[in-house]
Amino acid sequence: MSMIEIKGLKKSFDDLHVLKGIDQNVDEGEVLCIVGPSGSGKSTMLRCINRLEEPTSGEIYIDGDLVTDANIDKMRTKMGMVFQSFNLFPHKSVIENLTIGPVNVKKEKDSNARKKGMELLERVGLAEKADEYPRNLSGGQQQRVAIARALAMDPEVMLFDEPTSALDPEMVGEVLDVMKDLAKEGMTMVVVTHEMGFAKEVADKVIFMDDGVIVEEGSPKDVLENPKMERTKDFLSKVLI
Amino acid sequence: MGVYLKGFLIACKGIPATVIVSLIAIVIGAAFGLLLALCSQTKSKVLQVIAKVYVDIVRGTPMLVQALIMAYGIPWLLQSWGIGFKWDDFGGMAVPAVIVCGLNSAAYLSEVIRSGIQAIDKGQMEAARSLGMSHGMAMRLIIIPQAIRIILPAFANEFVTLIKETSVLGYVGVVEILRRGQLWNSSSFETFPAYIGVALAYLILTIPLSKAINGYERKVARRESAA
Repeated sequence: MSMIEIKGLKKSFDDLHVLKGIDQNVDEGEVLCIVGPSGSGKSTMLRCINRLEEPTSGEIYIDGDLVTDANIDKMRTKMGMVFQSFNLFPHKSVIENLTIGPVNVKKEKDSNARKKGMELLERVGLAEKADEYPRNLSGGQQQRVAIARALAMDPEVMLFDEPTSALDPEMVGEVLDVMKDLAKEGMTMVVVTHEMGFAKEVADKVIFMDDGVIVEEGSPKDVLENPKMERTKDFLSKVLI
Repeated sequence: MGVYLKGFLIACKGIPATVIVSLIAIVIGAAFGLLLALCSQTKSKVLQVIAKVYVDIVRGTPMLVQALIMAYGIPWLLQSWGIGFKWDDFGGMAVPAVIVCGLNSAAYLSEVIRSGIQAIDKGQMEAARSLGMSHGMAMRLIIIPQAIRIILPAFANEFVTLIKETSVLGYVGVVEILRRGQLWNSSSFETFPAYIGVALAYLILTIPLSKAINGYERKVARRESAA
């Protein structure tokens, strides 16, 4: 069974039709990369999966369960989300950023959450920053903390919304490395990205979106190296220079 | 000089009343103001309108008039309905005074709190919700603690304003700073020393507070620029 099922997803903002009917499945352990020009609807599609945007119509299933307004808080604990602008909680230390979800939402004991949080910080190479505040961290470090924060909830799926777009170029690598490790460990991932190199290397499937529809989908090799559609070729010729 | 000192000391006797009324009122104001701010941000049109009308009425009328309505108007109304109501049975005239000051500052603080909440990046709410927090939990744990830091200076300014505004409460039977001075003036006829004493008594409350606010704002500004 698919981990994520998207059926007939449409999203409009007033008269603006951002998503015009998306159908897509993501299997367990699969890494799906979504590429496309800005304004193509790829971030909106990702945000509809965990309902940060409410779909105008269509259905999202996570692990077989329909996502609704009623069960959304519970469903979100299964989906970790990583934002372009990190969105760490500035009034909390790094380790508190990791424990605030598990302690308050999943009612984990503080000591357990801390222990697990430290392990996650270890994993993203930032254990020594546990008691720092986010403002004292570089962008790359903040994004690695944000990934650890999402992982602290033990999600079944990780959603990444252009996780490296706000980073200085020299910090992109450290964040992508963490994501590659996650992929290797078998995490189900949906990644909106402009990093074609990452998509080629890590993705099991790539979809190219433009103007609110999926124009082309397939293996990274098919979509990124031998695209069939004109729009895909046109986009790739611009970004791959 | 002695007469000025006496005027000042007499006015200072009113400081406890002024401070206690102001402190209780600012707590009421903060709690009720937060409630109003949250109402104005809900999806419910009814709650939005109620909050808006409340704020408009309170801000659009003098506090003295509100105090007179609360202290004398409401007992009169209740008595005209055959309900024997006296504020003295409910703790004295300081009670309506505190209530009016609290409800009054709530109207001003609700605007301060609302703008503080709106100043928080919306990514904070999204990050909190995406961890599975409910809207209420996200407000409590993530948004409001950050908003408090932003609104603290405006909040303290409102407290300074409130301390000065309590000077109207002499009209509804609270013997606070100004009332002390007035009473002394009417028995001693030392008019200038009496009111200068009153002014000084307010200043020793308000100036340290204002200095503290400025210090806090400078500290925050330094920290922001260091980050």
